[in-house]
Amino acid sequence: MKRIGLIINPVAGIGGRVGLKGSDGFEIQRQALELGAIPMASTRTKEAIQVLSEKTLEMEILSPPGEMGAALLREAGYKPHILGEIKAGQTTAADTIRVTQEMVENQVDLLVFAGGDGTARDIYIGAGENQPVVGIPAGVKIHSAVFATQPRTAGELIAAFIIETGFRLEQAEVIDLDEEAYRRGVISTRLYGYLTVPFHRRWVQNSKTPTPASEKTQMEAIAFDLVENMQPGCAYILGPGTTTRTLADCLGFAKTLAGVDVVTREKLVAVDVNEQQLLDLVESTSARIVVTPVGGQGFLFGRGNQPISPAVIRKVGRENIRVICTPGKLHSFAGNPLLVDTGDSDLDAQLSGHISITTGYREEAIYRIGN
Amino acid sequence: MRKKRSRSYPYIPNSEFAIKKEMLESVGAASIEEFYADIPERLRFRGELNLPPALRSEFELVKHIEQILANNQTSREYLNFLGAGCYQHHVPAVCDEINSRGEFLTAYAGEPYDDHGRFQALFEYQSLMGELLNMDVVNVPTYDGFQASATSLRMAARITGRDRVLLPKGINADKFSKIVDYLKPEIDLDLYDFEAETGLAKVGNLKEMVSEDTAAVYIESPSCFGGIETRAGQIADLAHQKGALYVVSVDPVSLGVLKPPADYGADIACGDIQSLGMHMSFGGGQAGFIATRDEVEYVMEYPSRLFGIAPTVVAGEYGFGDVAYERTSFAKREGGKEWVGTAAALWGITAGVYLSLMGPRGMSDLGEAIMMRTRYAMQKIDQINGLKVLFQNSHHFREFVVNFDGVGKEVVQVNRDLLARNIFGGKDLSLEFPDLGQSALYCVTEVHSRADIDHLVDSLVEVIA
Amino acid sequence: MKMRIGEKPVVRRFHQARWDEPIIFELSQPGQRGMLVPEIEDEIVAEVGEVVGALPEGIRRVIAPQLPEMSQPHVLRHFARLSQENLGVDLNIDIGQGTCTMKYSPKVNDRLANSGKMQDLHPLQPESSVQGMLEVMYRLESFLKEISGLDRFTLQPRAGSAAIYANVSMMRAFHAMNNQAEQRDEVITTIFSHPSNAACAKTAGYKVITLYPDQDGYPDLGALKAAVSERTAALLVTNPEDTGIFNPRIEEFVKAVHDAGGLCSYDQANANGILGITRAREAGFDLCHFNLHKTFSTPHGCGGPGAGASGVTKELARFLPSPTIEYDGNSYFLDYDRPDSIGKVGPFYGVSQNMLRAYAWIMSLGAEGLREVAEVAVLNNNYLMSKVLEIQGLDAPYAEGKRRIEQVRYSWEELAEQSGIHSEEIGIRVADFGTHYWTSHHPYVVAEPMTLEPTESYSKADLDEYAAILQHVAEEAYTNPEVVKSAPHNSTVHQTDHKVLDDPQTWAVTWRAYQRKIGENQEE
Repeated sequence: MKRIGLIINPVAGIGGRVGLKGSDGFEIQRQALELGAIPMASTRTKEAIQVLSEKTLEMEILSPPGEMGAALLREAGYKPHILGEIKAGQTTAADTIRVTQEMVENQVDLLVFAGGDGTARDIYIGAGENQPVVGIPAGVKIHSAVFATQPRTAGELIAAFIIETGFRLEQAEVIDLDEEAYRRGVISTRLYGYLTVPFHRRWVQNSKTPTPASEKTQMEAIAFDLVENMQPGCAYILGPGTTTRTLADCLGFAKTLAGVDVVTREKLVAVDVNEQQLLDLVESTSARIVVTPVGGQGFLFGRGNQPISPAVIRKVGRENIRVICTPGKLHSFAGNPLLVDTGDSDLDAQLSGHISITTGYREEAIYRIGN
Repeated sequence: MRKKRSRSYPYIPNSEFAIKKEMLESVGAASIEEFYADIPERLRFRGELNLPPALRSEFELVKHIEQILANNQTSREYLNFLGAGCYQHHVPAVCDEINSRGEFLTAYAGEPYDDHGRFQALFEYQSLMGELLNMDVVNVPTYDGFQASATSLRMAARITGRDRVLLPKGINADKFSKIVDYLKPEIDLDLYDFEAETGLAKVGNLKEMVSEDTAAVYIESPSCFGGIETRAGQIADLAHQKGALYVVSVDPVSLGVLKPPADYGADIACGDIQSLGMHMSFGGGQAGFIATRDEVEYVMEYPSRLFGIAPTVVAGEYGFGDVAYERTSFAKREGGKEWVGTAAALWGITAGVYLSLMGPRGMSDLGEAIMMRTRYAMQKIDQINGLKVLFQNSHHFREFVVNFDGVGKEVVQVNRDLLARNIFGGKDLSLEFPDLGQSALYCVTEVHSRADIDHLVDSLVEVIA
Repeated sequence: MKMRIGEKPVVRRFHQARWDEPIIFELSQPGQRGMLVPEIEDEIVAEVGEVVGALPEGIRRVIAPQLPEMSQPHVLRHFARLSQENLGVDLNIDIGQGTCTMKYSPKVNDRLANSGKMQDLHPLQPESSVQGMLEVMYRLESFLKEISGLDRFTLQPRAGSAAIYANVSMMRAFHAMNNQAEQRDEVITTIFSHPSNAACAKTAGYKVITLYPDQDGYPDLGALKAAVSERTAALLVTNPEDTGIFNPRIEEFVKAVHDAGGLCSYDQANANGILGITRAREAGFDLCHFNLHKTFSTPHGCGGPGAGASGVTKELARFLPSPTIEYDGNSYFLDYDRPDSIGKVGPFYGVSQNMLRAYAWIMSLGAEGLREVAEVAVLNNNYLMSKVLEIQGLDAPYAEGKRRIEQVRYSWEELAEQSGIHSEEIGIRVADFGTHYWTSHHPYVVAEPMTLEPTESYSKADLDEYAAILQHVAEEAYTNPEVVKSAPHNSTVHQTDHKVLDDPQTWAVTWRAYQRKIGENQEE
């Protein structure tokens, strides 16, 4: 019998409807409530659970007490096993993180949460990369790829996960928009890490065309292509992402998902480096930068890639930047250019234009970088 | 003076002036020209294509085509002993009936709901072939047997990660040409000899050539000379000992009496299904099959579609769809998984009908009829003074080689003289296999009666005199 | 007494034949036969004795194949029922299979292709005995030369992708002849060209560079210039693209590649809207290909046989597959004396009966008729687009406000976001009204895609009906999504669970595999 954990962030989304661009921080929350905001996490979760109730499912449910889960579950007729304690009306990110950790310790098969990017970040901090997770979208900012498209779809995904075996698990980005920057009109996303999400094949039949390789296969193909072309004595600065991580796997190194690592063809040189380390490196060695677009908008260099700073990029040179991306991911940008926001607008302008992207083994795409 | 009429086009419903006007208005365009706005004037073809005047009435069209086709003489009017990849077998009327039904003939790539019939028919084709071949995976047909062989070899290269294949010297030159072109640039071909007495593989030579670089050892049975490979199991071992795959090309029409390749160790079976219910149609009835065991590493390498059976929400209902729609294996050195496109599905459906009509006993009777008639022809022709049937020390299915060196005649001459007697003589092999001298490949099937064969014999006697 | 029959609803109350037909093996009856073989004459038996029995054990079949045993009428009935569970162009408004060009295949051409004078020809017959067939092939080639402006054609490739591959092979041979084969190892294509352009190039050993469109949805010339180099072997491009957009700068594309020493091949799978309007030659292409089963009306046969035609300029004619069809003033003949030919791309000369059909189709229309085909196809497409864009939730991305040529790729993204219903689900519900629709190649570039291509074969009423069906289903997506999600309801079978087809333990490509696996699964 599957064990499902449910965590609701009661204040998620509170900023949105009243025109505030986020919900983090007590001050914003207070403002929002004053403006008449109604937290939507509960309503959204209710919609998702409704789908579950329509089916006969055998499952064990765990949740935090009260407004973080149990209340809603009981209302819907479930008997959740309660984890931990909270202070009603004063829940914080720390609560989310703590409860998440407890869920993982209790070995839930699937952790369901309702919230936005901020909540996703907290779940990530508490659960790490390997816990299967599904997000019910209930926040203002839903940029992370861990959310179902709608509450109902989340419900269906959960139901399918319970009933069936042989789900494919994939890594999905946990992203957060820099809220302060956003309020100043600047879009700047930051990659926090990755969560594991169950992937359900969309039942698409009709094809008189070549069958596509799965994302994982494409990433391996990309990795293989890069490895085949690696120059001896050259250092490769690997930005964050599952695609760059697959490259490291191919070489036999373990890579941090969200950090910047440096490899050569033979060895792992440095892990989770900072800007200074990179500057020292590129002084002495010829180097290439390998990056993959991050986030829904496709940032190649954003404020979140800080170690690969403008100084590093200038030293390495545009011609030594290798962009890698699977075709599936590239198509998710719907034709919009990839973005760069290094903090140095001159550099951003220089980076703009057409760039070659490795999309498979001996397969490239010419795409645009804009800003 | 006759008023000039505006044209009507029976195939183009909206070519009527009033309808066009209505549609243009609805779209808000002044004329159809507007839709071509993106085409620069430089690239606009402003003249009229220089084509013959249209035959606008169906009657005139039929008359015209029939006049042209009247310049064809067919295997109904002439006694035909040509084979070499395209074969004259009887085509059951039910096969023609099913493949000319508009629902099948004019369909394409609908869903397994609106086109359920096609999915089931092809699943059944795959299944019937599976029984014939004793294998669990058979593809939706590819273009033809040449493609099937070429793709099978590439699949073997992908699966083993190696880049050399072994082919027989005794192979149809056209097929070889296709394989050479298709395996470029990544896969190398080596050729092994055939025995002078049998036309079959020189096993010793083959054994020397198989190595750890070999992706596939490829044989054909019957061979291009019609001989059946008797050491097929031995060759399997040679291949497998070095970790190579065994790729065997066969004609399924022979599998009522011959062992299927899987039973003697083949990893990939391939060939052409034209003999299973397709008219010769001047080479238009070809279709290729590829079959393997049901193992993931093989399934993932098919460039073709594979239809599979699946349950629906109603108990007992059969649904269908694509198996392994996402190919999840990455072939490292190789150029992707080739491609999928329009190929020869209708012939797959037809072959399914054919096999259903024939059944196990039909296939067995057919195989026996062909082998006995072939042997009869071989013996009778060999008895003719000056003619020699080559490779007599092998069992033959459907084809055999006749040599004319003993009477000092060229095949070209013999065939010209046979033609005058309303006979299509065997394919001239003298350019393709000069070592065999003036030789021709004769083909005998179940459609050749004893009288037909005797008539051939008598005619040969006449023309070599 | 009420005799007046009421009106029919706007959207058809369709129900497909539903036979719930077993798999053919389940219909087997021991002892039944559907077809007999002529008996072997006594004289033959006397002369040859035991032939099959004389086969060595290692190659003689001992266990009969487990084919079903059926009487003839039962075989017929089974397959006739299956045919009823299939929709062809003959039955439905088949405009939903965009890029396939599902036009009317005239029945008269089928009759001609099925005549004995076509079917009973062996391809290796003496040339003197097949002058009629050779004449058809020769004249068809001349038509294609005129339509494209190029110098020679081969009809040997058996479908479109095969023709693309033949083109790639010829380009490869060209570069080899100029000692540039190693240097030129890259092929450029666009994301909206047919995927076979990339796939065939890859199969032939090339690295493939794919250009993504500019912000207006047109092929990006800047991207091309970034991609072109001394390593460029070729540009392979479909135009108009599968989105229905014609690249107005196509000549510049060709020039950029020529300047770098590469060749250009024109994928004309989408030629239906431009016959007599624009040609490969004037745009500067070195090669092109056509699909006879698309533009030239030969039937699709559930997935073939089709037929492909590859055209080349005279500089490349030497590389054409062998033989070519020639005429010496008196008779037609096959020319095998082609030392630089790439050899064979398939057996014999191609799909001959489809060449005959295409020939007949062109002869029945003439230049004026082909022009009419193109213009009406384009009018139909733009008319349909105007109707279909009125549907809430549907959009036609790229080239905003611009016209399309013969097809359009739409997007249901808005409807999907608002209703949670996806394009594939709409496609399946549409089967309840007697038609198909196709989304797009994978992976999707356009979200929630739908590609429609009316061709010239459908009437205004047909187009209105199709639009009405889409309208109806789109409304259901908003107001009654359950009926869409659980579709189909009026089709041959009900919603199928395709997940078993992804798992090696449960997939079954043959009935025997299915039997084996259900047996194994039960043992657990």
